Amino acid sequence: MQILGNGHYPNGKCMAICLWLIVMGPVLAYADVYRLSISEKSINLIGESQAAVLADGSLPAPTLYWREGEQVTLQITNLLTEQTSIHWHGIILPYQMDGVPGISFDGIAPGQTFTYQFQVKQSGTYWYHGHSGMQEQQGLFGALIIEPQHSYQPVDRDYVVMLSDWPRADPHRSMARLKKQSDYYNFQRRTVGDFFTDIQKLGFWETIADRLAWGDMRMEPTDLADVTGINYRYLINGQTVDAKQIYLFKPGETLRLRFINASAMTHFDLRIPGLKMRVIAADGQPVMPVDIEEFRIAVAETYDVLVQPQADQAYSIFAETMDRSGYALATLTPREDLHAPIPTMRPMTLLTLADMGGAHSGHAGHQAAELHTQTNDADQQHAEHSAPPAQDHAGHEAVGAVPPAHVHQQTHIDSEPAMESHALLDYKDLQATEANHALMGPPDREITLRLTGNMYRYIWSFDDTKFADAEPIRVKFGERIRFRYVNETMMNHPIHIHGLWQYLDNGKGMYNPKKHVINVKPGQTVNVDVPADAEGEWAFHCHLLYHMDTGMFRKLIVEKAEQRHE
Amino acid sequence: MNNTLKNIWLCGLLAAMSINAAAQEHSMIFNHFKADRLEYEGNQGLHLFKWDVQNWTGNDEQKLWLKSEGDYSADQNIFGRADLQLLYSLNIDTFWDFQIGARRAFEPERTFDAVIGFQGLAPYFIEVDSAMFINEKGNVLGRLTLGYEMLLTQRLIFQPRVEINLAAQDIQNRGVKSGVTEFEAGFRLRYEIEREFAPYVGMDYVEEASLREHQHSLRGVVGFRIWY
Repeated sequence: MQILGNGHYPNGKCMAICLWLIVMGPVLAYADVYRLSISEKSINLIGESQAAVLADGSLPAPTLYWREGEQVTLQITNLLTEQTSIHWHGIILPYQMDGVPGISFDGIAPGQTFTYQFQVKQSGTYWYHGHSGMQEQQGLFGALIIEPQHSYQPVDRDYVVMLSDWPRADPHRSMARLKKQSDYYNFQRRTVGDFFTDIQKLGFWETIADRLAWGDMRMEPTDLADVTGINYRYLINGQTVDAKQIYLFKPGETLRLRFINASAMTHFDLRIPGLKMRVIAADGQPVMPVDIEEFRIAVAETYDVLVQPQADQAYSIFAETMDRSGYALATLTPREDLHAPIPTMRPMTLLTLADMGGAHSGHAGHQAAELHTQTNDADQQHAEHSAPPAQDHAGHEAVGAVPPAHVHQQTHIDSEPAMESHALLDYKDLQATEANHALMGPPDREITLRLTGNMYRYIWSFDDTKFADAEPIRVKFGERIRFRYVNETMMNHPIHIHGLWQYLDNGKGMYNPKKHVINVKPGQTVNVDVPADAEGEWAFHCHLLYHMDTGMFRKLIVEKAEQRHE
Repeated sequence: MNNTLKNIWLCGLLAAMSINAAAQEHSMIFNHFKADRLEYEGNQGLHLFKWDVQNWTGNDEQKLWLKSEGDYSADQNIFGRADLQLLYSLNIDTFWDFQIGARRAFEPERTFDAVIGFQGLAPYFIEVDSAMFINEKGNVLGRLTLGYEMLLTQRLIFQPRVEINLAAQDIQNRGVKSGVTEFEAGFRLRYEIEREFAPYVGMDYVEEASLREHQHSLRGVVGFRIWY
């Protein structure tokens, strides 16, 4: 990646630009040009070489540092033999710059360069990724860090922790497998042994009733992930667990960890045993700080947390997948040779009949919604590796470190007022730092969107209609839309709207947090407010790549306000 | 006359398939080959090689489905049964496909039947493949296959299976007697080395009734399941 600063303009324009800068002041002092080339490259993460689609040959793609207010120019060159595209995830921009082939533009043809240009109107932690075919799953993603104009939270160290899932199989092949056998990758299905274990735990009739209820639905309570650790290696900043990545700190320092889930299909439960995390931003936007011990990060979400390790010891950043079929790991350590023990993966939490209430009312209501758990022997073995011996980490130092320019003098977490503390972050805990008065009053339009699918055939859709068969959703510029997402399936669906914020209705009123991805759990109904403040045609989809590709996708058109004839 | 009917039937079928294929060209097309059973089946007096193979090509809604079943006796160097079905398959419900097409039997006699059936997954995970066969003279035959899978481990799978063949009336030239013409009940115990490849052992109880004879036997089975 090359970053070209100011002063690369032809002389003729120099005067104009200088005048413009004087008038506009320092706000627009930055106008950087970023160049990335997308190419196929062979990489070895699983013990054999595989083809990856990478930006500048790097996994993940280079972290881009922008500044709020900056006019960015991004020249993306396609060196592949197929079309490519880059989508700036969570960024508010003109729709032609959004990077979704077939909706915002025609894509970038092989050999072509496309120039994205827009003004950055926000700050925080975001990411960018390919929006063509399966390129995102093949490695085309990177972090976007936008420095705010004002009120930058000063920390001693600032790190990007980018989670992803790297497949063994070609993603197109995985898709075909799921179409032919949708539980292809589930090796945690309930067995005859589980049946007898459950009889001991729950009693005979209870167990029979449970099996009959699931059998009646033709569903599996272990079906938490369509693609699992059987196919995936879980990465942090493009490295497997074996790479033993480290993030350095000095005891007493405040660290900002910018977690980004760039996975195609994997939700993670993330914790740093021994350290409290203070969540300060969700999806790039500041939230009222909340102290937690663990959070679930859905696909495409970002969370910024502060940690303040006091002891001279190493800590594991441990991200176990929601279905416990694997984990990603890095170490927070004061010394390169010091590693923390790898935490043991906990049992997965099975789906319950209550979860399925939304999907199959009539089955769930009267059934006891026991929280079943089961362990996976293979996972346990995997997790029991002891702390690895010291290795040469010269190449791993300060992975994903944000440049020193962004690092300021420390403030102690403790200096802030006391606040609520939770073991596990819940969407209910997220509260915006600034009120948005536009959220008050009734919305201009209410749209119920049912999240639907056919797990057996591996078809995903909205309102039982696949993208290929659906009309766009049309709204008017200036309207506030209230979407009601009704999840009728047994999967989590991280719903992403391009170009527009979704204000999650979590009971905070004007302080409802705004997000670019709203994860809707199985059987759950979630309301979001979407001010249609950007004209154009936007992609609107489940961010699970295989769900999006099979049809859980819509075009959302924000039409110009109607001309008034007076 | 029979040939004319046959041709009209086939032409209509192909036309329906091609029209629908054109309408659906934007959605993803997959091909799925599955040899559910490739096996040796036998006892003291019987040595058969059996196959039960299917292949579909299509998208979520519509598929072109080929099915072939049969058995070959190595001792006698004859095919006991061999047929091929060509079906247009339409997804009509979450778990169900409606199928319509034709069956060509090569053994024991060369016959031609129209086929209408349903294939899918019934509640409680019971796999169902049902078909009704109608020959040129309007005689009606039926076949119902039910299967179930029990996981002993994640890879060791016990699979009971029942197949019933029926005839609505006697068909003299085929030696078919009305009622249950063939009943087969058994199990397979397979080990999925890969999802796509699983060797198995099993047992089958088979009862056959025709105008000429009535026999039943118990058979051991060894074979493998393969798909891609």
